[in-house]
Amino acid sequence: MYIVDRRLNPSNKSLENRQRFLRRAKALIQGAVKKSSEGRDIKDVLEGGEVSIPLDGMNEPRFHREGGTRDLVLPGNKKFEEGDILPRSGGGRGRGSDAGQGDGEDAFRFVLSRDEFVDLFLDDLELPDLAKRKFAETQTEGLRRAGYTTSGSPANISISRTVRLAAARRVALRRPRSETIAQLEAELAECPDERRAEILAELEALKSKFRRIPYIDPIDIRYRRFETTPKPVAQAVMFCLMDVSGSMSEHMKDLAKRFYMLLYVFLTRRYRYVAIVFIRHTDRAEEVDEDTFFHDPASGGTLVSSALEAMHEIVRTRYRPADWNIYAAQASDGDNSYSDGELTGRLLSELILPVTQFFAYLEVGEPGANMPGASESALWTLYQTLRSEGAPLSMRKVTQRSEIFPVFHDLFHRRNKRETAAP
Amino acid sequence: MTTSSGERLYDGADWDFSTVQRIHDACEEIAQSELGLDTYPNQIEVITAEQMLDAYSSVGMPLYYKHWSFGKHFAHHETLYRKGLKGLAYEIVINSSPCISYLMEENTATMQTLVIAHAAFGHNHFFKNNYVFKQWTDAVGILDYLDFAKRYVAQCEERHGRLAVEQTLDAAHALMSQGVDRYPGKKTLDLRAEEQRARDRRSSEESAFNDLWRTIPAGPLKSESELGAQRRRALLGLPQENLLYFLEKSAPRLHSWQRELVRIVRLIAQYFYPQGQTKVINEGTATYVHYRIMTRLHEQGRITDGNFLEFLQSHTNVVFQPDFDDPRFSGFNPYALGFAMMQDIERIVTDPEEEDLEWFPDIAGTKDVMVVLRHIWANYRDESFVSQFLSPRLMRRMRMFHLHDDPGESAGVRVDAIHNERGYRRVRRELSRQYDVGSIDPNIEIVDVDLAGDRRLLLRHAVVNGALLQERDAKLVLQHLAALWSYDVSLQEIDSSGAVLKEHVASPRKMVAAA
Repeated sequence: MYIVDRRLNPSNKSLENRQRFLRRAKALIQGAVKKSSEGRDIKDVLEGGEVSIPLDGMNEPRFHREGGTRDLVLPGNKKFEEGDILPRSGGGRGRGSDAGQGDGEDAFRFVLSRDEFVDLFLDDLELPDLAKRKFAETQTEGLRRAGYTTSGSPANISISRTVRLAAARRVALRRPRSETIAQLEAELAECPDERRAEILAELEALKSKFRRIPYIDPIDIRYRRFETTPKPVAQAVMFCLMDVSGSMSEHMKDLAKRFYMLLYVFLTRRYRYVAIVFIRHTDRAEEVDEDTFFHDPASGGTLVSSALEAMHEIVRTRYRPADWNIYAAQASDGDNSYSDGELTGRLLSELILPVTQFFAYLEVGEPGANMPGASESALWTLYQTLRSEGAPLSMRKVTQRSEIFPVFHDLFHRRNKRETAAP
Repeated sequence: MTTSSGERLYDGADWDFSTVQRIHDACEEIAQSELGLDTYPNQIEVITAEQMLDAYSSVGMPLYYKHWSFGKHFAHHETLYRKGLKGLAYEIVINSSPCISYLMEENTATMQTLVIAHAAFGHNHFFKNNYVFKQWTDAVGILDYLDFAKRYVAQCEERHGRLAVEQTLDAAHALMSQGVDRYPGKKTLDLRAEEQRARDRRSSEESAFNDLWRTIPAGPLKSESELGAQRRRALLGLPQENLLYFLEKSAPRLHSWQRELVRIVRLIAQYFYPQGQTKVINEGTATYVHYRIMTRLHEQGRITDGNFLEFLQSHTNVVFQPDFDDPRFSGFNPYALGFAMMQDIERIVTDPEEEDLEWFPDIAGTKDVMVVLRHIWANYRDESFVSQFLSPRLMRRMRMFHLHDDPGESAGVRVDAIHNERGYRRVRRELSRQYDVGSIDPNIEIVDVDLAGDRRLLLRHAVVNGALLQERDAKLVLQHLAALWSYDVSLQEIDSSGAVLKEHVASPRKMVAAA
């Protein structure tokens, strides 16, 4: 009897099958992921979870029968006598054979891991026009196998190649086999005297040849060779501009933060080399780290231009537009002091928009504020004008939590050319 | 290595590998000397819960080719398991040589003993000795074959693209239950045997010669077309109920690698074919064996009273049979029925009553239980086992009754027979019919191919009791069949009088062009 401890085997043996399943059901699962994420908080969304998909297309059909007369034998008779007729729908009748026809569920439920969930959730999103394709100069370098070499580190010795070469050399130089020598020695032990000298001489010759030609010679040794290959990475930076002024209600700030949280997850997961700059502003702007950006309260007046100026300054000092793809997403309630309008417009159209690939503007509002006929906010009107002049600007309005996901998808979904549709 | 009688095998719930070894040896001693079991060598593998889930999704086999459907099953089982809706099996045992049993790491020492007795001796003996397994499976070769299949499928994917391989496998999987030989084929004779047979035949003709036979009028001559059709069918080996075999050998446009894939699926289906028809007797055997071994270990004092009670609790759970009106009821529990029948046979053999002498004259009172049981384990499958060894006493105890459900009868379902003198035989016959493979799977066979015309493949489903194929699934399966055959296929459902009740037709969609 053998006992084998399999617990140490690599786990996730089914991983590949699971990936195949996910790939096959991708469209269905994606739909389910979207649907299940609508009702959930953003943090929960990123936790993964259970989804259910319709079985169509995923089922494995077999021939099976239905209808016709059935005969069942069941245990546990209490009071039936032969010839009794039992009403069909009434209780008291076991549904014996129905289990066999199972799989009657119309949906298939299973749990997605966090990674799978987020990947699927973000799958059809991308940063638009990642076009400059300025590749950073010092980039990641990958290793790639590239044949064999005669020198290298001992860890890279290719045993099979070395042994093969050694064998070839031994054959070519006719190194005597140790069995041959052993055989001769055995012969020597019981041979008549007259042949003795002859065998001895032969044995001596063989032995010296055996010593001269080593089993493995240093020239046989081969090492696996690796080459470094540069992996190009597109450099991009995303500016997150958030209005935290007093006019933003808690609800609006919540919406804006949710939006950025999503953006943040999307960028960190999808683009490992995207730099993110967080700028929040009241009547003056400051660059903050992500923690402050998401969690620190702040309040004050509103000067949008301050944020744009800050952004411009950062671009000028740190991100040369020639080398970087620049993106920006701005969230605001649309209020801006009247006098600031002109400056904002000029900053945007002259300094910011010419260097950015894509500028998304998200206007947050109170629930129900988005009435038809209500007057547009100052920023909205301004951006609308810029947009009509052909600036790469996307604008959306959000008043409720549930709208965040659709709007986010809408802004970043993969498209073939620049969006031109009306907001 | 054998522990002497009376010495405890283990203390408490913890175990290590030497405990498992001791347990195995103690069980082996009882299994061989007292039960006379004949087993393959054992290989016991300790696995985690996750690995058990892995094993579930590849039908219990330690290695298998990659396919999305296994991923789907894994996801499904995992969800149920994580929610706590479903526990995992204590063990999985594989019909191979050496016989591999998986033990879960979280089992207690008593559970491991139970599992070893159950799987490594009960099932193992059954696999090695039962005629269905002997006839259909090659325990020595299966793991190597699966290894080959896995590599071959991976190679095909590399060469011909994953999509093309997946489509072929999907199609073959859909036909899996129609891909088994139900009867052993005729053996091909070697030349000498053939010559011998020809000689025998000639000598028999000579000895039986009678000139009178010449004068008997022959029937009307068969027409040319009829002969042609007969010849064609004979050439193609039709009618053929093993659809996968037919496709593998005769589908006109399959690539050779696709034929090999179909063959892999077919051979694996054939390997599993015996398991479906021996659930009750196989589980009954294993349960009976573990019960005997555990009881004996307790008698010998090698496990404590506490351990034995722990065992009894699991054992009782396993052999629990809810009544038909119980919400937990989902058909007969093969463990319960099998174990009850084994115990009943033990009673009949050792201590028969009047009734048993009348019903089972061959075995009643013969005294040697193991001889009778070993004979049954070797030579029966569920259907024949139930139809010959279900005793009236057990029918009374389980209070079995037979319902006849005719959809044409508006009043309701009729109780056709109950556990009384008039009903015993009918109940037993019906129950054994429930386990008959012939009546579980629909009887579908390929009857003809229109070779001269559009190469349409004709299939026939012999309808029994008016049960037609479920339409939606039948369409999907036919679609798969058409994909492999690559011309139209049609399936007629025909009742016993030969009337066509329904016809399904499918035309092949374009498969991904294989490179």
